[in-house]
Amino acid sequence: MSTRLPHDDGQSRRSDSVERPGDSERRDLGERLSQGLSDQGAQRLGQQDGLGQDARSDPDGRFAQDRSADHDVPGGRSSPSGRRGQASRPGRPGAEFLRTALGWFSLGLGATEISAPRSLARTLGVHDSATNRSVLRLFGVREVAAGVVVFVSRRPERALWGRVAGDVLDLSALGLALSRYRFHPRSATRLSVATAAVVGCTVLDVIAARKQAAMTEAERRTAGSRHPAHATARATIRRSPAELYEAWHDFERLPRFMYHLDSVRVVDGHSHWKAKGPAGTRVEWDAEVVEDRPDSLIAWRSVNGSQIDNAGCVRFVPAPGDRGTEVHISLDYNAPGGPAAVAVAKLLGEEPGQQIADDLRRFKQLMEVGEIVRSEGSPAGARASNQLHQRPAQPLG
Amino acid sequence: MRANCWLGKGTVDVLDVPEPRILNNHDAIIRITRTAICGSDLHLFNGFIPTMKKGDILGHEFMGEVVEVGREVKNLAVGDRVVVPFPIACGQCNACHDGAYSVCENSNPNAGLAEKILGHAPAGIFGYSHMLGGYPGGQAEYARVPFADVGPVKVPAGMDDEQVLFLSDILPTGYMGAEMCDISPGDVVAVWGAGPVGQFAIASAFLLGAERVIAIDRLPYRLQMAQEKSGAEPVNYAESDVREELLELTGGRGPDACIDAVGLEAHHSSPPAYAYDRAKQMTHLESDRPFALRQAIRNCRNGGTVSVIGVYGGFVDKFPMGSLMNRSLTLRAGQCHVQRYTKPLLERIQAGQLDPSFVITHRMGLDDAPSAFETFLNKEDECVKVVLTP
Repeated sequence: MSTRLPHDDGQSRRSDSVERPGDSERRDLGERLSQGLSDQGAQRLGQQDGLGQDARSDPDGRFAQDRSADHDVPGGRSSPSGRRGQASRPGRPGAEFLRTALGWFSLGLGATEISAPRSLARTLGVHDSATNRSVLRLFGVREVAAGVVVFVSRRPERALWGRVAGDVLDLSALGLALSRYRFHPRSATRLSVATAAVVGCTVLDVIAARKQAAMTEAERRTAGSRHPAHATARATIRRSPAELYEAWHDFERLPRFMYHLDSVRVVDGHSHWKAKGPAGTRVEWDAEVVEDRPDSLIAWRSVNGSQIDNAGCVRFVPAPGDRGTEVHISLDYNAPGGPAAVAVAKLLGEEPGQQIADDLRRFKQLMEVGEIVRSEGSPAGARASNQLHQRPAQPLG
Repeated sequence: MRANCWLGKGTVDVLDVPEPRILNNHDAIIRITRTAICGSDLHLFNGFIPTMKKGDILGHEFMGEVVEVGREVKNLAVGDRVVVPFPIACGQCNACHDGAYSVCENSNPNAGLAEKILGHAPAGIFGYSHMLGGYPGGQAEYARVPFADVGPVKVPAGMDDEQVLFLSDILPTGYMGAEMCDISPGDVVAVWGAGPVGQFAIASAFLLGAERVIAIDRLPYRLQMAQEKSGAEPVNYAESDVREELLELTGGRGPDACIDAVGLEAHHSSPPAYAYDRAKQMTHLESDRPFALRQAIRNCRNGGTVSVIGVYGGFVDKFPMGSLMNRSLTLRAGQCHVQRYTKPLLERIQAGQLDPSFVITHRMGLDDAPSAFETFLNKEDECVKVVLTP
């Protein structure tokens, strides 16, 4: 059993439920990872003023963390920071939801304006003329651009103020139309409804922009343009925990089955990782081992100043009977670009959750048969990104 | 080299493709001397198995001579004559350790794809879709055989290719179908489908001690083969009522065990019943039409066993779960764990207990593969089994 953190009374809280092997380790680790990352955020801003401590000593907060561990979700980085925000500035947690909702709204409206200007013109009650269609399409392009910027910008409040400016444009266009159609009651009614809707949007945009502006750098780091994501993978491998632990601990050789890694260098207890990021980018980070229990667990996290915040852990649990070892990987990372980027990465088979599942398949093959199994359809071996574009099952030539 | 490639639903052609080379240290390259067309290749031909790709080399029943081995291959040497089991198995994982070779955990590089469709991934199979690995098949002049130490079985000198070729698939598949019935003395076994696998299921059921075996099909020449070669009692479902016949033949009990050697492209004697499932299949409301399986379940005796070796790909409709549950039936199924059976069955062939070559009706060249598919598919010329020589 690991050294427990002072506040941890996990055993007694869970006395009514059946403890699965590794549950307590997982819980410990989840808390450590979440605290580690919130600490890091706080340290970066030099504001280790007890906020993190408050969150940790808050019994409700602890319960929330523990519950997330129950669901195999160590980390839960967003919750501690969210709670902190709630405590100090009520209403702030809505900022991210509002920003995301407005971003999607922009994308949806923009797409409609570009693809269906005719029906939109009819809905608004204006003539379906070439000019009106062109104006609607242009507005659509602007709307989509605004939506994208809201998602990807590192300063979302500026993007949201940009939306407010767009709203003003929309309103003036609607005003112009209203003055032109003021003697057509049907059109005038429809345009008035549209105008009211845009005024509503403008109000929401202003609220969202103000909320974003009030967010601290630390909060944005965990919740803003970067989104905490969690991935797990597990496999049973017909080898002993010791053999598997030893192979995994050889960090510099991880790239032989972790295809997205270019290299790992271990220097003075730290390791430097270079990896392929999405869309041909390269990312690097330094990591440290935060917990190392021979033959059973390795936990790591990225250190301050890393391009990609991540923390993970691999556990080696003896499988029942003569079935080898259950290997459980859990990974927390900040996904640049948010849920939309994660969805796109998933389609391409490059989402970290898919990557670690593939990594683990290849690790199993290496440990059980000594090499990565290749077919002519998938010459690189197990890889989610190759499943969409398989070679024909013919020799490579 | 020449290879029979799948070019789309209903089209195969023999094309010039590159020769295989070693990709893994446990590989061997085989120069193929005999290869066969399997009934399950017709499911690929007819487009019922997802994740096929234009250009895929077909064929999973083949044998030949080892011409090259990878660095880690210990049991085989260049020049050995071998028969290759159709499932690719590593021999090291928990499944292989338990003898469940067709669900090997390491041999399918596209396991992620199979998991999406099937829940968990089975082993890779030669020439049988990308969901099952994306491996080229053996209807070709050469093939790469992964895990050459685990699968291929050496052929003793003096034995014909035709005597041992079917150790690759259909003989062990039929045998496993009978073995899953846990036959005890006095048992009556009914086998749906008198194709090549059905013929071997019938022969195996007798080998394993069945008192009587009933063969159910619609093609008189296949029923006749089952009757003459193995001593089965024929029931032609196109001419008589299967339920009536089975009740009559078993004194009202129903067969003790039922083997489905038909699979997802079953036919039915009643045009409306056939049309119903065919329409659902065409509109993708079900992927497989399970007439034989439904009939096997409903006709099996109370407490009996239904053994499924016919190939299913996805989802079936109107599955008689109530009959299965309320009547205490046992349902067993599986792609054959060929590696488990090759040696004991080879010994039975050597001992003269069975000669699997009786199913062969057509011998053709590899270049004739496209017409052979048509002949086999349309049951022309009393076709039961086609063997190709590259």
